[in-house]
Amino acid sequence: MMARLWNRRTRAFLLVMPMALFIAVFFVWPLVIMVKQSVSDTAVLQILPRTADEVAGWDRASPPSEAMQAALIADLRAATDEKAVGDMVRRLNSAQSGFRTLMSKTISAVAKPETGPLLAPVDKRWMQPPYWIAIADALEPRTDRYLLAAVDLERDATGDITQMPEGSSANRLIFGRTFWIAGLVTLFCVLIGYPYALLIAASTGTTRAILLAAVLLPLWTSLLVRTAAWFILLQEQGLINGFLLSTGVIASPLALIFNRTGVVIAMTHVLLPLMVLPIYSVLVTIPTNLMPAATSLGAHPLRAFVHVMLPLSLRGVVSGMLLVFMTAVGYYITPALVGGAGDQMISAIIAFYSTQTANWSMASALGMVLLAITLVLYVVYAQLSGRNSIGGRM
Amino acid sequence: MTIKNGIRGFGLVSAAILAFAATPGLAGDLTIVGWGGATQDGQREAYFKPFAAKEGIKVLEDSWDGGYGVLQSKVNAGNPNWDVVQVESEELVLGCADGIYEKLDWAQIGPKEDFLEESVSDCGIGTLTSGTGLAYDSEKLPDGPKSWVDFWDLKKYPGKRALRKGPKYTLEFALMGDGVPADKVYEVLATPEGVDRAFKKLEELGPNLIWWEAGAQPIQYLASGEVAMSAAYNGRVSNVNAKEGKKFVFVWPGNVVATDSWVILKGSANKEAAQKAIAFMSQPENQAKMPKYVAYGITNKKAAAEVPPELEKNLPTNVDNLKGALPLGVDFWIDNNESLTQRFNAWLATR
Amino acid sequence: MADFHIRLDGVTKTYGSLRVVDNLRLDIIRGEFLSLLGPSGSGKTTILMMLAGFQDASEGTIYVDGNMINDIPSHKRNMGVVFQSYALFPHMSVAQNVAFPLKMRGFGRSDIRERVERALDMVQLSTMKDRKPSQLSGGQQQRVALARALVFEPGVVLMDEPLGALDKQLREQMQLDIRELHARLGLTIVFVTHDQSEALTMSDRIAVFNKGRIEQIDTPRMIYDHPATRFVAEFIGETNLMEGEIAGREGDEAMVRLSDGCMMRVRARDGLERGAKVLVTIRPEKVELSDPPAAANSFPVTVSDTIYQGDHFRVQLQGAGQRFIARRDRRAAEWPQGARLHATFAADDCWVIAP
Repeated sequence: MMARLWNRRTRAFLLVMPMALFIAVFFVWPLVIMVKQSVSDTAVLQILPRTADEVAGWDRASPPSEAMQAALIADLRAATDEKAVGDMVRRLNSAQSGFRTLMSKTISAVAKPETGPLLAPVDKRWMQPPYWIAIADALEPRTDRYLLAAVDLERDATGDITQMPEGSSANRLIFGRTFWIAGLVTLFCVLIGYPYALLIAASTGTTRAILLAAVLLPLWTSLLVRTAAWFILLQEQGLINGFLLSTGVIASPLALIFNRTGVVIAMTHVLLPLMVLPIYSVLVTIPTNLMPAATSLGAHPLRAFVHVMLPLSLRGVVSGMLLVFMTAVGYYITPALVGGAGDQMISAIIAFYSTQTANWSMASALGMVLLAITLVLYVVYAQLSGRNSIGGRM
Repeated sequence: MTIKNGIRGFGLVSAAILAFAATPGLAGDLTIVGWGGATQDGQREAYFKPFAAKEGIKVLEDSWDGGYGVLQSKVNAGNPNWDVVQVESEELVLGCADGIYEKLDWAQIGPKEDFLEESVSDCGIGTLTSGTGLAYDSEKLPDGPKSWVDFWDLKKYPGKRALRKGPKYTLEFALMGDGVPADKVYEVLATPEGVDRAFKKLEELGPNLIWWEAGAQPIQYLASGEVAMSAAYNGRVSNVNAKEGKKFVFVWPGNVVATDSWVILKGSANKEAAQKAIAFMSQPENQAKMPKYVAYGITNKKAAAEVPPELEKNLPTNVDNLKGALPLGVDFWIDNNESLTQRFNAWLATR
Repeated sequence: MADFHIRLDGVTKTYGSLRVVDNLRLDIIRGEFLSLLGPSGSGKTTILMMLAGFQDASEGTIYVDGNMINDIPSHKRNMGVVFQSYALFPHMSVAQNVAFPLKMRGFGRSDIRERVERALDMVQLSTMKDRKPSQLSGGQQQRVALARALVFEPGVVLMDEPLGALDKQLREQMQLDIRELHARLGLTIVFVTHDQSEALTMSDRIAVFNKGRIEQIDTPRMIYDHPATRFVAEFIGETNLMEGEIAGREGDEAMVRLSDGCMMRVRARDGLERGAKVLVTIRPEKVELSDPPAAANSFPVTVSDTIYQGDHFRVQLQGAGQRFIARRDRRAAEWPQGARLHATFAADDCWVIAP
């Protein structure tokens, strides 16, 4: 008996193993790396251990001591791993612009034996405290600077958390905008998708197939083709403006592209299937006699809809809204192509840090903040919808 | 199927997947990565096909849109599936410092003095020089703008303008638009006041300013009349004039000149072939073929001498065109790209 | 004069070229239990849907209390409807389901509570009021549906095969319950079913439908004993049918010459002229079997099979020209297969219909 039970458990385990393995390798592991990346700060400490010892006793205001300079030269001479040095330079330049040229100059200088013990002859900038402060601030193996920077905060000279200077970073604003656009798109998807899903559920045969295909079409179209189509349709000399102008509805062309309107229109179009399909799949499970039953019991069709159809289909609406919202939050190509400058979403910023400047820590920190906010929103949402027994038994 | 068989089946499938995932790029097939568009079409004819024919090597192509992080992650992951990549100046310098490129064997390529000074480095060799500058459609604007100052003149030239989304080029143009002479631009931009001044200048255009990201976009905007003028790459402008009979004008004074280079990614499985390909693509007789496909400057001085005059006059390296041109401040952008991009994004976000 | 509650006058429903209900005239008496009985596709459910206002009549008029209701929307018709699959609202509790029609009518909160409790008491489900429909058995769900359709005291209750999904025992119990409710509340009930025994059990009157038309409308007893058409005779219960023609009359009896040549006495009816083609029906339980022939209407038959069916035997007989079925009391002698007997059809039990 025990053997059989064990056997069955083993089989069950083996059956779920592919899935578990997949999630572990392609989801959990990258997530752990991301978390680590966003708080880890070892790039400088690794290369400059001697400098770290010397900088510890420095007052952060006076010019660098001779010992500090000598230690830096010794550290750079000892460094052999080019990539690790590159990571260190990137980290320092990210805190203090100018480090890249300064370091490449210094590294080629220290390669010559006659350089040292002072750095002033190599570059005057080594006499300025900000560069040494940047080094001093980069020596803790764990840091919250990326997470703070992701929400426009930083630590001041005394170590207190403060706002970044105005105009130097706008992550909070972009986060806010990202959720606002995602919310707007979700709202429009519900407003358009729900009646459409009702229509599909009420139709039969070929009509249903055509209606379903129409909503699935954007999913099958390549992003670039779709965006090009929006461009043709929405631009100032585009089809919509042309039609409205020629019919005299408007006197001057409407701004439909390269602004928020364009982004919301295009994203709503792209994400509509994610709203329609879940709602539709719930609607078709609702017995067809419930609406007649409600009207026979004295409910006006509209009230019957509100009391019967709506609550029963809410499960689909909720999953559709979650799908659309979560997907919309991560969008960046569509806003980049049909949006204006003020429609950039947070993913574009994350993409900038990861693909353009290889600042993985900053990209990870922004990703962490996005994940955290999304999770909080999800929990709030689950709480709210749970109270109304959404997803209850049919 | 019994469960036992099923599990055995799964084992086979997962083994297959792992084997697939672990397969490195096939050694022997050289992958060269350019920036797509007309340039890569030209490179295919002038470089890739003849080289493949000569060496009997299969050349695969890919294209990208830049981004240092892309190269870095490919090299760090090991076994990069790209061998030879066309990179921009800052990517060359950064990657060379970070050691993500192989050092070039100049003995195979030829004497360094045959090449323009800015195209010679340990890790890469310049392959083309492009200009980014002011462009407009002369059929729509017969008396067009002459300088970046005119670009900001909304009274004389009403209509929208487009600039490349990002601080690079844009801030330089803004300062020149504010009257800073080309040779003083980086001096001014190196000061916090200079950066403020550039952003303030951008602010002046208000809602008339839109942004592009891909090189094809400004040409589309100009063709559709969406914008009156735009920053654009000179090669794209020449190309649309030659192929579609447009009368677009590229304003040479105030254009920013930059050089793209070939590099070999560290860890390339085809290092030998890559080295050969780069040498081949740098020979004067091969480089001389490029200007007929796209109007970008070439880096081998011997090749430049062989370019017919009617093509040569459209190149950014033409002596007349270089008057008033601004060489890209590679060092400036290496140091300041991240902080200025952060500020640029913040500025965009609050507009 | 009967008090007509509902009148259908020339009501027709067509789908394309298909006439589902064909020029129907039907009067429903106040307080009666009327069953619409027929095979599927005979139009009975469509009539119910038109009464409830879910479908429009293509032609004709429907009156309730003398007022035309064709254009009154469903929710204003004030008719209770009970559906075959109950149509309970799955997201509402039992009490909420029953309260729904009251809420729609704007009843006060305490009034609603009181009426819901009374309605649930009536169907003996007071203890289940906080459950969801999915937590109830089929019979309980149907009782909730019933309570919901009755709680707002509609004048008419329409039931569309309400017991079809229940097992036999439960169905029979519910039949009695509904009958009792009908008697107690004095409702007019229109009950659609395809189950003839259900219709016989429950109804004051039965309308037998075939192809969108009423074949016969009468009390269960008349429908069973005196079917008006061959369709009714065959659809309701089991019967023996014999073709023949009227050979003559003798007082209040008529002589029928069957197709096999035998002469048969039947109870005479008006309009049975000599030479008219007729069908003679006799129910199996009215067929007498005896060894020696009885006085009249006795025919020699052979037992081809005897089937024990618990409370009776079903005896299959082979006559000269055709087969018969007889039903024998279980206490009667069991005839062996092949036994030669006489079947006797009492003239009073033979019913003559047009072929």
